Amino acid sequence: MTAPVYNFAYLDEQTKRMLRRALLKAIAIPGYQVPFASREMPMPYGWGTGGVQVTASILGPDDVLKVIDQGSDDTTNAVSIRKFFTRTAGVRTTTHTREATVIQTRHRVPETPLTEGQILVYQVPIPEPLRFLEPRESETRRMHALSEYGLMHVKLYEDIARHGHIATSYAYPVKVMDRHVMDPSPIPKFDNPKLDDCPALQLFGAGREKRVYAIPPYTRVVSLDFEDHPFEPYRHAADCELCGASDSYLDEVITDDQGSRMFVCSDTDYCESRRMRDGGNG
Amino acid sequence: MYVAVKGGERAIENAHALLAERRRGDRDVPELTLAQIGNQLTLAVDRVMSEGSLYDRELAALAIKQARGDLVEAVFLLRAYRTTLPRFGASQPLNTDGMDLRRRISATFKDLPGGQMLGPTFDYTHRLLDHNLAAGTEIPQAPLAPAPDTAARSVAALLSDDGLIEHPPEGHGEPADLTRDPLNFPAGRDLRLQNLARGDEGFLLALGYSTQRGYGRNHPFVGEIRYGEIEVGFLAEEIGFAVPLGTIEITECQMVNQFSGGDSEPPRFTCGYGLTFGQGERKAMSMALVDRALRATELGEATGAPAQDQEFVLSHSDNVQATGFVEHLKLPHYVDFQSELGLLRKLRADYFAQTDRADTQKAAE
Repeated sequence: MTAPVYNFAYLDEQTKRMLRRALLKAIAIPGYQVPFASREMPMPYGWGTGGVQVTASILGPDDVLKVIDQGSDDTTNAVSIRKFFTRTAGVRTTTHTREATVIQTRHRVPETPLTEGQILVYQVPIPEPLRFLEPRESETRRMHALSEYGLMHVKLYEDIARHGHIATSYAYPVKVMDRHVMDPSPIPKFDNPKLDDCPALQLFGAGREKRVYAIPPYTRVVSLDFEDHPFEPYRHAADCELCGASDSYLDEVITDDQGSRMFVCSDTDYCESRRMRDGGNG
Repeated sequence: MYVAVKGGERAIENAHALLAERRRGDRDVPELTLAQIGNQLTLAVDRVMSEGSLYDRELAALAIKQARGDLVEAVFLLRAYRTTLPRFGASQPLNTDGMDLRRRISATFKDLPGGQMLGPTFDYTHRLLDHNLAAGTEIPQAPLAPAPDTAARSVAALLSDDGLIEHPPEGHGEPADLTRDPLNFPAGRDLRLQNLARGDEGFLLALGYSTQRGYGRNHPFVGEIRYGEIEVGFLAEEIGFAVPLGTIEITECQMVNQFSGGDSEPPRFTCGYGLTFGQGERKAMSMALVDRALRATELGEATGAPAQDQEFVLSHSDNVQATGFVEHLKLPHYVDFQSELGLLRKLRADYFAQTDRADTQKAAE
């Protein structure tokens, strides 16, 4: 038994080439799910193996990597993935959105607007937006091929009929370049508008489901809605109690057993930079 | 006062240290060696190699030790290691007629060329806890018979001589490999068998069992189960002939199932096939049942049972995928949950506003 020697960023070059080919195809057909031969990674399926494989295949030695989960750089899984790349690729890491060239994320889009040259890599659990309406892959692929999205509109309509609102608050479906309906991954719908006309390249990786898809820079991304029930991003009506931000997505934190609560930025880098700038009063 | 949650990195390191501590257990008890696991927990090693799809007893034993005996975790460790290995081709097909048999039984013929050979099996033991084993008593040497000199052709081959059973399908060059190409539907039988061979024993057992209870019944008989050693050959292009890579232990199950045939074809038995590394009879049999169930469409049978649905079976058989996704629910979901909370509060506000209005109206009437 000899100790294994791993390639730069863990994956062998053949695998990276296979992934890059799939990614190029994904970029060429925005919002279309490209099957790829997902590998077993040393972290469990469902914990970001898709995102990790995408990141591994695009990372170069000069890249600066940021990893967030729930908007935070310091949640357990973000720490684990960042460490993985520090160990296998030796790249520089950062918590600052502006400094990063590659940002891997789970469930959030950073509050700080992304810029040209940056790549945002999403971890995706279920890439198929139609999956819960139609469990069969052969069927959903056909529906995408024919742009048969009526079922999705019926679902949203039924929500309105039953609840008075569209009852989807995260993983809210979008249409990319007026063609493919796409799952933006389980980001809160608050983040959906950030996908539209974004200067950065957005890549999505689903390891267990073996799919990648992409939104090239400056692509039109529209959240599905109806004329009389337009899409509304949800945000709790409060300011962050640490930095005072009134435009960021907020986490609710229960502070005692008397039901006291406070609301703070979910994006920890955004919150910290604001407090730093304001001279630490927060 | 709330302090933004920090220190994840430190907490993870500490958790890992505690895991190592628990893995070692009481330091007064001697530490398990890989040789002990490999020799005395043989069937666990076999299962981990099968579902990990990597034949290496020592690495599988290490995985079991590292996983503290959690076999699904051990399978995962082995798979993650396997990905990093280069793949240089497919072996020659195994001719199991030429196996060095340790066990071979048939439920369809009382006696047959090569004979019935019980070998090391739990079958026919009484499942009484053996306290002698707890005390660690010396075990007498088991008597061994010389290998039979008659070749043990498979039951399927014997039946096939009279045309009573379908012929095994012809191979079409390089078999599909779902570790290199994403699984697409409909999947051919080669791909399905690979998926089942890597699939979770418990999942296949339950599905196989369901076919026996009427959810996709296919009248199975164990044509034969054989377990033993076989040499693996690899065709080396450079020298132009097959070279032996080594010897592995396998279990093979050939299930003889209900006939097909009709106007254009004479009736004959059909086959379900199961194969595992090491000794894995439960898995090999379950696999054969499910393989046969998945052929329902091809054989023009009624479909609709879970075991006959290839998208359902093949998408959920892999325990590394399943455990990952089920257990990922432990990861933080603060953001999505917050979004749901917001929506729920809004819906409740609407509800109470409406009932309040209705109450006021009633009071006014």
